[in-house]
Amino acid sequence: MKTIALSWRYLWSRPMGAFLNVLLLSIGLASITFLLLVSSQLDKAFDKDLAGIDVVVGAKGSPMQLILCGVFHIDVPPGNIPLKAVKALQQNPMVASVIPISLGDNFRGFRIVGSNHEYVDHYGGVIAQGKLWDTSMQVVVGSIVARKLGIQVGNVFVGSHGLGAGGHLHGDNPYTVVGILQPTGTVLDRLIVTDTASVWKVHEDYTAVDDEDRKIMEDEREVTMALIKYKTPLAAMSFPRMVNTTTEMQAAAPAVEISRLLNMLGIGTDVLRAFAGVLLLTAGLSVFIALWSAVRERRSDLALLRMLGASPTKIALLLLGEALWLGLLAAFFGVLAGQALTALIGWMLQLDNSLLIGGITWPMELWAIPTLAIGVSLAAAILPAWGAYRVSVLELLQSR
Amino acid sequence: MIQTSKLSFCYPASAAIAFPDIDVPQGAVVLLSGPSGCGKSTWLALVAGLVQPASGLLTVAGQPIGGLSKVAADAWRARTIGFLPQKLHLSAALTVSQNLGMAQWASGQQEDHVRIDATLKALGVADLGKRKPSQLSGGQAQRVALARAVLLQPKIILADEPTASLDDEAAADAISLLIETAKKQGATLVIATHDGRVATSMPPTASGEIGYTALKLSRHIAGSAK
Repeated sequence: MKTIALSWRYLWSRPMGAFLNVLLLSIGLASITFLLLVSSQLDKAFDKDLAGIDVVVGAKGSPMQLILCGVFHIDVPPGNIPLKAVKALQQNPMVASVIPISLGDNFRGFRIVGSNHEYVDHYGGVIAQGKLWDTSMQVVVGSIVARKLGIQVGNVFVGSHGLGAGGHLHGDNPYTVVGILQPTGTVLDRLIVTDTASVWKVHEDYTAVDDEDRKIMEDEREVTMALIKYKTPLAAMSFPRMVNTTTEMQAAAPAVEISRLLNMLGIGTDVLRAFAGVLLLTAGLSVFIALWSAVRERRSDLALLRMLGASPTKIALLLLGEALWLGLLAAFFGVLAGQALTALIGWMLQLDNSLLIGGITWPMELWAIPTLAIGVSLAAAILPAWGAYRVSVLELLQSR
Repeated sequence: MIQTSKLSFCYPASAAIAFPDIDVPQGAVVLLSGPSGCGKSTWLALVAGLVQPASGLLTVAGQPIGGLSKVAADAWRARTIGFLPQKLHLSAALTVSQNLGMAQWASGQQEDHVRIDATLKALGVADLGKRKPSQLSGGQAQRVALARAVLLQPKIILADEPTASLDDEAAADAISLLIETAKKQGATLVIATHDGRVATSMPPTASGEIGYTALKLSRHIAGSAK
């Protein structure tokens, strides 16, 4: 019989205790798994949505709001900026590309983004059905939008004013779905994209009193913000300052704002992490108590094994084997529960049309979990194993 | 098989215990008797190589005990000594077969089910292999423990108070089973007991057979055996 198999039998000779210890360890490990997965998936989601956007220019206000609104589409815009000003930026030698974005309406909670084909290309959007728009009032929808709302190519819908469901309906200007995009894993999946001109048309028709009014509006056309890519990284030094000081607009660097945001969230994750650490420590203690009392209970059994010829090392290994089993089982169930929890949260957030997390992933950091599990249980087993190592056979002969 | 000469042992911070000399031939039965505290356990521990003599000579199965390292003593004990403890210490977590398998594990051997089954059969408990110790009667449990003691075919079987909790009839049965089993194995049997019934239930020795040796210990304490 192998030592490890014997350890297994001993472990389950106290099924309730073994079960509770596996449970306790698993809960601690699951919390840590969950934190690791969420932070790694958030990072990845942020990275994907941010890729290729060096700076966002929009109306003055909170730079973080600008980023959250323009890049992740989870906040309202600070205001609009003149189209002319955006066109002027396009002429700037530091600027490689400018993608204008116009927000204002939604369809059943999904944002309608007015932009150009470059916006779709930027996120690697590929048409799954139909085609990209070629005139205004045509839209393509992201994969999540299509799935959630059951939208088909050829459907016609009316957008409602504002960024959340339930605003005024723009009944005079219905949109026609001409294409559905393949999933990209980016914010594009939960957007409805149309030509910038569509957004203007809807709102000008809605607000203009007469033709003259409309003419003035056309002159003063606005967009919500512009996503800008630099020609050279050096532009990061001067371009935002130039925009912030010489224009009525503000420039916000997504990378800076996101690291600010993650720092703020960081305090929260640190607290959670500490909490998970305490859980794990408690579990470690419980394993220690279980093994310690196991050695006390089985003192004479262990002494008998010594009498039968087992070396002290072999007896100690028997104890360590039990701890190893606890650690392995807990690592397995902990990671499983952590993944399940992450998938559940991801699913709930998806219902909320919020950030994209979920799915089973195995980032490198996750190897910390089995390492931690085995580390904690073996550490808890050191003293009991030492106790087992020192069991005296004489006690067996003298236990009368 | 067991030879001692001026053997003594000393517990830390107490006076030394001196043991009478003895020379036990192979296949003999030794009745180690004396009141509690006279050093029976210590004598067993010495013979099993668990402790080192303070002075004197002790040779067991041709092996001088004095010179063994702890590791060597463990391996030697696994090969040489079978042990039937007073409390049987069958592991409650394991079945009868697994308890015997554990003895093979402890001695560093492969688990050998053919051997285990044969040994259980020889002791008349072949059908109990899959039971847990808690499902055995007292007599069955003692047979299983004896099976564990003789599983590795030791040269010497040490039985510690084998009749302690048995009535007269069962005690006599236990002693004759022990003697019979040791004889079958050709092993030397040491029965340590303070139970007067054991001596009276020893079977009469037939002519030509090796009889039993009585080793009586008293509370005599040697002044300084060093």
